[in-house]
Amino acid sequence: MDDLLSDFLTETNESLSALDLALVKLEQEPEDAATLSLIFRLVHTIKGTCGFLGLPRLERVAHAGENILGRVRDGVLAVTPDLVSNVLAALDRIKSIVGTLGATGAEPAGDDAVLIAVLDAISEGRSPLDTAPSAVRAIEPSIDSHFDIVEAPPAVVEQSVQTAAALLPAPNAPAPATAAPALAAEPVAAELAAAGGEASLASQTIRVGVDVLENLMTLVSELVLTRNQLLQLARSQENAGFTGPLQRLSHITSDLQEGIMKTRMQPIGYAWNKLPRIVRDLARELDKKIDLVMLGADTELDRQVLELIKDPLTHMVRNSGDHGLEGTAERRAAGKPDTGRISLNAFHEGGHIVIEISDDGRGLPIDKIRAKVIQKGLGTEAELNAMSPEAIQRFIFRAGFSTAAAITAVSGRGVGMDVVKTNIERIGGTIELKSVPGNGTVFTIKIPLTLAIVAALIVEAGGERFAIPQISVVELVRAREGVSDAATTAGSDEQSGSAIERINGTPVLRLRERLLPLVSLDDLLHLRSDARGGTSKPPAETHDSSLTIVVAQVGASLLGLIVDRVFDTEEIVVKPVAPVLRHISMFSGNTILGDGSVIMILDPSGIARATGIAGSGDSRQLERSQDNKTSDFDPDSCTTAMLLFRAGDENVKAVPLGLVARLENIPRDRIESAAGSPVTQYRGRLMRLVPMSGSFDPSRAEQAVLVFTDGSTGVGRENCMGLAVDEIVDVVESNLRIELSGAREGILGTAVLAGRATDVIDTSYWLTQANQDWFKPMDTRDLEHGGRPHLLIVEDSHFFRQMIVPVLEAAGYSVLAVPDAAKALSLRDAGMMFDAIVSDIEMPDMDGLEFVRAVRSSGSWAQLPVIALSGRSSDRDVEDGREAGFTDYVGKFAKDSLLQSLRQCVSQPRTSSTDPLRMVA
Amino acid sequence: MSASEALTTRSSPQADTGRNAQEQVFVTLMVADQLCGIPVLSVRDVLGPQTITRIPLAPQEVAGSLNLRGRIVTAIDLRRRLRLPPEPTGAPQMSVVAEQGGELYALLVDQVAEVMSLRSAQFERNPATLPQEWAQYSNGIYRLLGRLLVVLDVARLLALTPENV
Repeated sequence: MDDLLSDFLTETNESLSALDLALVKLEQEPEDAATLSLIFRLVHTIKGTCGFLGLPRLERVAHAGENILGRVRDGVLAVTPDLVSNVLAALDRIKSIVGTLGATGAEPAGDDAVLIAVLDAISEGRSPLDTAPSAVRAIEPSIDSHFDIVEAPPAVVEQSVQTAAALLPAPNAPAPATAAPALAAEPVAAELAAAGGEASLASQTIRVGVDVLENLMTLVSELVLTRNQLLQLARSQENAGFTGPLQRLSHITSDLQEGIMKTRMQPIGYAWNKLPRIVRDLARELDKKIDLVMLGADTELDRQVLELIKDPLTHMVRNSGDHGLEGTAERRAAGKPDTGRISLNAFHEGGHIVIEISDDGRGLPIDKIRAKVIQKGLGTEAELNAMSPEAIQRFIFRAGFSTAAAITAVSGRGVGMDVVKTNIERIGGTIELKSVPGNGTVFTIKIPLTLAIVAALIVEAGGERFAIPQISVVELVRAREGVSDAATTAGSDEQSGSAIERINGTPVLRLRERLLPLVSLDDLLHLRSDARGGTSKPPAETHDSSLTIVVAQVGASLLGLIVDRVFDTEEIVVKPVAPVLRHISMFSGNTILGDGSVIMILDPSGIARATGIAGSGDSRQLERSQDNKTSDFDPDSCTTAMLLFRAGDENVKAVPLGLVARLENIPRDRIESAAGSPVTQYRGRLMRLVPMSGSFDPSRAEQAVLVFTDGSTGVGRENCMGLAVDEIVDVVESNLRIELSGAREGILGTAVLAGRATDVIDTSYWLTQANQDWFKPMDTRDLEHGGRPHLLIVEDSHFFRQMIVPVLEAAGYSVLAVPDAAKALSLRDAGMMFDAIVSDIEMPDMDGLEFVRAVRSSGSWAQLPVIALSGRSSDRDVEDGREAGFTDYVGKFAKDSLLQSLRQCVSQPRTSSTDPLRMVA
Repeated sequence: MSASEALTTRSSPQADTGRNAQEQVFVTLMVADQLCGIPVLSVRDVLGPQTITRIPLAPQEVAGSLNLRGRIVTAIDLRRRLRLPPEPTGAPQMSVVAEQGGELYALLVDQVAEVMSLRSAQFERNPATLPQEWAQYSNGIYRLLGRLLVVLDVARLLALTPENV
């Protein structure tokens, strides 16, 4: 592309964004002559340059637009929203042509006849409707929509061209023709007038390539780092003669850094340029009146940061307009002015830039958020009760959360607030929100001024040093290696430190009641086996002492990196790696440290991807399921955490992680025998062990065990069993769809997990292997009182019944499961009585809603608590559920929420001494 | 000292700009006892032994990266690139820095020798029997007095992509 054309493109793009702004302004203040002449001048310049460069298509469109503007300026036409819409449509067309021009260097093929005919009609003061009966009426629907989308049939185009042609020689046709020379003259005058004010400014600015500035910035950053290093040296050397000059160098360097930073600074107004147009379109589309107020548009920030926050900002403004502001009627009812207000406010605050996005709308509906949180299984009702309203509102930043009941064309395009939050956090920023119901919402974003220098944590693994961006480091944890209590860690009495539990080599860490997947940097980067040139160090003797774990945040999940040493944080300048290394996803770049050595920068999200730990892809998947929720129930939309392990053979097996209480490593010599079956002393009690493969491998020093317990809360009545397996492989978050049902005992079926066929074990089978009485009441007092509450489960999925029944039984309920609503109702008619009913929603024949209506309508169950269990969980679904008569609504696979809900519904312990499944007379 | 500086002191301006078709100037180097040459105009720098940071998971030809006056340079081990065994004594290696696609690369060699001006009369195409490893990176052979010099093709040596290494 030649220089002339690329200059034209740069200039035109600038003009176009200025035009958008100016046109919206003109619409609000039609009398503003200065704005009008600015618009005219810009369009005229585009047209003129197009003619000069030989871009006929652009020229024609620009010309048609210019005609209208000329007539407006001459006072022949009045500024109306329709007129502005049409001029904007012309600009959109110009934008799209310029876009292709920029990409390919040539004008795209296409026909603008329809657009031009309409524009010409308007410029001649005719409504396209009145004057061109057939042709223009045919294209009339396209006027309000976007021209570039509507494909007019060729016949229509031809007709309208003819109409336009026929109209031109008409008596009033000379107007545009004669206007042309006049128009050509006037802009010059306008430009001259404007030049008076701008000439001095223009001569003082030069256009500099962004890469030149980037390069300068890098050099200065290096200089700053070198300066820091020198200062460090100088401090350790007394009376050195270079102290004075060094001070001066230091000052100059700081000034230089500041100066260079300034060149990269752009007013945040550049990121806001598009917003007035977006808000205008939004207001028209939603039929709301919206006033956009922008304060501090000249607040400057690094252009790199600017680029990165552009999209989140646009999204948030859209959100405010779409969900935040009420419709006109609702506003009136609330006693507010018709016109809603969205304000943007930007200002500097201590090395950060703060952007506030506020609206005076309805505020965040806490009730709706609560309901959503519960459905999604993100929290239980009890947890929510303990939370402040602010904490509840913050749930909107969680992955998979969207308050919009319906996905409108405006928002809900797969970008949720969680993505906004992630994007802002990625550049080291924070986002806060404050919402007062009825009074509106304020989002406050705080971001650093620049990204050129970032803080990084320097760590060592396998004798090599690596940098981890500080942004993604959550905390550092020191942990001991070995089995919890029984471990022979003679040296460390430090009971407070967490212990890394290695289950056949796969390390996990219990961190505040959650399992943190661990990755050893040595293993991940093959640092030990990769010894080259004889210089590699012997393996560090880390295996019997404490280890340092860097806990990194990757999207919504956490990941622990085991490192040998942690040095310090250092300011680094991120540089891209050489092309030959780009395929290594573990590195996001490299840098030169203060001591002059080259160091690789680790990319935690790349590591998470490489190790298969659910990362950002996870939230995208949730996002997608949000989009699907209006359609039929999609099994893909429920994911569940599955623990993968091996036992007996090479095949990977899985069990829902929610069913496993703990993972333990039991030393071989602690496995004893009692009454012919293996047991171990576990937490002061005997725990039965069931080897999944049928026998124990005597060669192993330790035995990996999945501990299952029943969920009872009472101390001393905990029933536990250990399922001995060979190896814990991983924990994956996956949707669970049993593809093949189990042919063997103890296997429910096969599902595809993490891309591999995996046997899902039948937990209830193994539990009964350990203890025939597992599902029988453990506590004799319970027996005496007949105190186990009776539940009826209505669930069509065999698999799900298999999974949920043991959970509920383990939690102390007596459960009867039926596959459909008709069976359940026949039980009612037969006179059976339960304490509560748990029902699926999506079922063939009679769905859960119908079922609960039938239950509520009459019969002995009318007053029973009925809990809905569903993968569908939009607001609408919950409302529907509650309306139909469900007592509570719980997400499928949300075991804890279900148990919580049941505890609330079923008042226990029951004191009545009735038989299980008692008959009602 | 940079090789281009060395060049201006030793050879004529004609040779420097390559206008003299009869003569070509090479930086000569040794790798596994073989004399090789790289056209002097493609050499940015000659470096003594450097501290090289290993890069885990990198292709095996990549010895690591080093800091050349604030720029990060990827070090390519010429022996590994030519499928030769490692230097037996483990002696520190020198390197020749060249640019490819805006990136700097350091070719690790056993020894960098003198800069030579060679006449095209001494030049010959690769013998057909030259092993594949050498033939693909060699542009031809110069017959010198008593020994042969292999002209290395820097562009192809540095055309490392994850696929072709």
